Amino acid sequence: MTASDTWASSDSRRVSIAVHRSPADRVYRGVAYAAGSATLGLMGLIGVFLFVKAWPALHTVGVKFFTRSEWLPQAGRFGITGVLLGTVVIAVIALVLAVPVATLAALFITEYAPRRLKRPITWLIDLLAAVPSLIYGLWGRAFLGPKVRPLSIWLAHHLGFIPIFDARGASTFSASAFIAGIVVALMIVPLCTAVMREVFAAAPPGEKEGALALGGTQWGVIRDVVLPFGKGGMIGGAMLGLGRALGETIAVTLIISPDFNVSHLFHILPAGGNSIAALIALKFNESASGPGLSALMAAGLTLFMMTLIVNAVASTIVARSRSGSATEI
Amino acid sequence: MTLIEAPPEQRDPSLTPPRTFASAERIRVRAFGLADAGELAGAFLSALALVWLVYERLTPLSGILGFWVCVYVAFLGIAWFVAREQRGAVVARDQVVRIVVWSGGVGLIVPLALIVIVVVGHGYHALRPHFFTQDGSRVGSLNKATDGGASDALVGTLEQVGLAMLISVPLGVTTAVFLNEIGGWLARPVRTIVDAMSAIPSIVAGLFIYIAVIRGLDYHPGGFAAALALSLLMLPTVTRTTELVLRLVPGGLREASLALGSTEWRTTRHVVLPTSRTGVVTAVILGVARVVGETAPLLLTLGAAHVFNGNPFSHPQNSLPLFIFNQFLLAQPSTVARAWTGAFVLLVLVLVLFLAARLAGGRGAGHIGRVRRWRLARKGLA
Repeated sequence: MTASDTWASSDSRRVSIAVHRSPADRVYRGVAYAAGSATLGLMGLIGVFLFVKAWPALHTVGVKFFTRSEWLPQAGRFGITGVLLGTVVIAVIALVLAVPVATLAALFITEYAPRRLKRPITWLIDLLAAVPSLIYGLWGRAFLGPKVRPLSIWLAHHLGFIPIFDARGASTFSASAFIAGIVVALMIVPLCTAVMREVFAAAPPGEKEGALALGGTQWGVIRDVVLPFGKGGMIGGAMLGLGRALGETIAVTLIISPDFNVSHLFHILPAGGNSIAALIALKFNESASGPGLSALMAAGLTLFMMTLIVNAVASTIVARSRSGSATEI
Repeated sequence: MTLIEAPPEQRDPSLTPPRTFASAERIRVRAFGLADAGELAGAFLSALALVWLVYERLTPLSGILGFWVCVYVAFLGIAWFVAREQRGAVVARDQVVRIVVWSGGVGLIVPLALIVIVVVGHGYHALRPHFFTQDGSRVGSLNKATDGGASDALVGTLEQVGLAMLISVPLGVTTAVFLNEIGGWLARPVRTIVDAMSAIPSIVAGLFIYIAVIRGLDYHPGGFAAALALSLLMLPTVTRTTELVLRLVPGGLREASLALGSTEWRTTRHVVLPTSRTGVVTAVILGVARVVGETAPLLLTLGAAHVFNGNPFSHPQNSLPLFIFNQFLLAQPSTVARAWTGAFVLLVLVLVLFLAARLAGGRGAGHIGRVRRWRLARKGLA
């Protein structure tokens, strides 16, 4: 990316060389261009297909698609508010838990870990990303859920005055958005850590050494050099994690017990919660054709657009912070 | 996600020790000595004792999690206090941050260990050799957990992932070559799109294949449709990782090749790709690891089968993740046990793939491994 940028900026002074390409080269370039365009085209196709198939459903319900929360496609009454809010709630829980942990882990790897420990820790955290989401789901439901229950009850009991921890009238504390959020947080930590690690490592050594030479402690260096330089990467990493969290399907499907009531969605501790991806996974079997399918397509399209936007913004931020942080000394 | 690392020199210039003076005794700034260890151990022990006294004896609190949270907080407080008494407030703050960062980094191993322990603990006792040879056609939820097997699922997974590899590896590697070696005006949108694709929710990929291939082209659900969905998810991983390793190939090698008069194609084929061979292998393995446990798209594209079917093009197939998912949802003791057995096998598969990726890659571009050196030596080249 940097190479093409610098070329572009010095475009006016570029000397053009007449290139005579051999036939093999022309074929090679052609094939490579074709592959690039195919990748581009595939993505376009996904969007187009989803949109075309979602159109009947969107056309029937109109704007109400974004304001209703029930899901009864056969009766022509369905909307995405419930699942959309559920998705956002789970993703936000995941983000709130994952970003501090990922920041600590990234700081540990770049600043604190002894050289011998650095690689193994990086491996292990990457390994956390390699565990399939299905296994996270099983683990979250069978192991973590029961373990988190006492914590949920404690939170509801002592912090119940905070609206999101309010659990009055709730009887079950398993299968909640809170548990799903914890599991999704574990799944996005490696992604956030990888991005943050990269930007923290790119903090200019000259300024770090300068801060140390002035008598700063390691924490001082981190606070005044590493974190300010890595701010863009932290935001970008968090947003990449958000994109992943929004689209997480199987783990969430296995853990939550779907609830379409919007007012319940903001109470994260009792059983309930919902997400677009889980909705598609759960409702797909009963609506393999007709209005149900179209409605699901509309939900899928919404999810697709959401993750696309979040991710595009995130990659832009990360790319910018990377190119800007490299101060030459 | 970037799982390939640049060689340490490039990645982190600040931490490479200066090579100019190779003295035997390196000067250590801020070494962690015995006194520091003693200080921390003392702080921890006193925190443990204090919290035990207050938590278990003096107040009617209970709960193992609460206990350890309190110990941790007390530990931080005491460590801060000790450091402040001895070396001042600034150092004390530094000390507390160091402890927090260490516990954050090392603490992340705990969930990983818990996942492995739980999956292995639930999964190993119902694992019998015939899990790999029998299919699930004759067993239901009333059979014992050790009856039957998942050969249909295993073969299905292998075939679907293999087909997905056949589609996405050539396309992904060629796209990466395009992005890195050719570039041009098209490179930027393609890179953006590949970035965006790496984020598409797997269920959306499944939906797309369902409407485009199964409904649109009237192709029946089965192994091939599933492979298409998986290849869609694998493509961005392969492309991005390959591009990353191609970028590590020193530009001088390319220039030397071009200066000797070889064409672009020969440069790519005989210089760039061989130099980054291990990296490309890593990219492929990471792509496989990414999709081998993918369940959501298979729900939509695979159909359902419990009978052994070796042909991904003809009838519905099963796959390991789907097998686990379905058995788990049946919620009978025996089926749940079978699901855990499947999860155990899947986890081992993913760990093996991950380790393979690490062993194959993780070295700098142009690293010549033992096997290749031996082969080159046989040819008389090295």
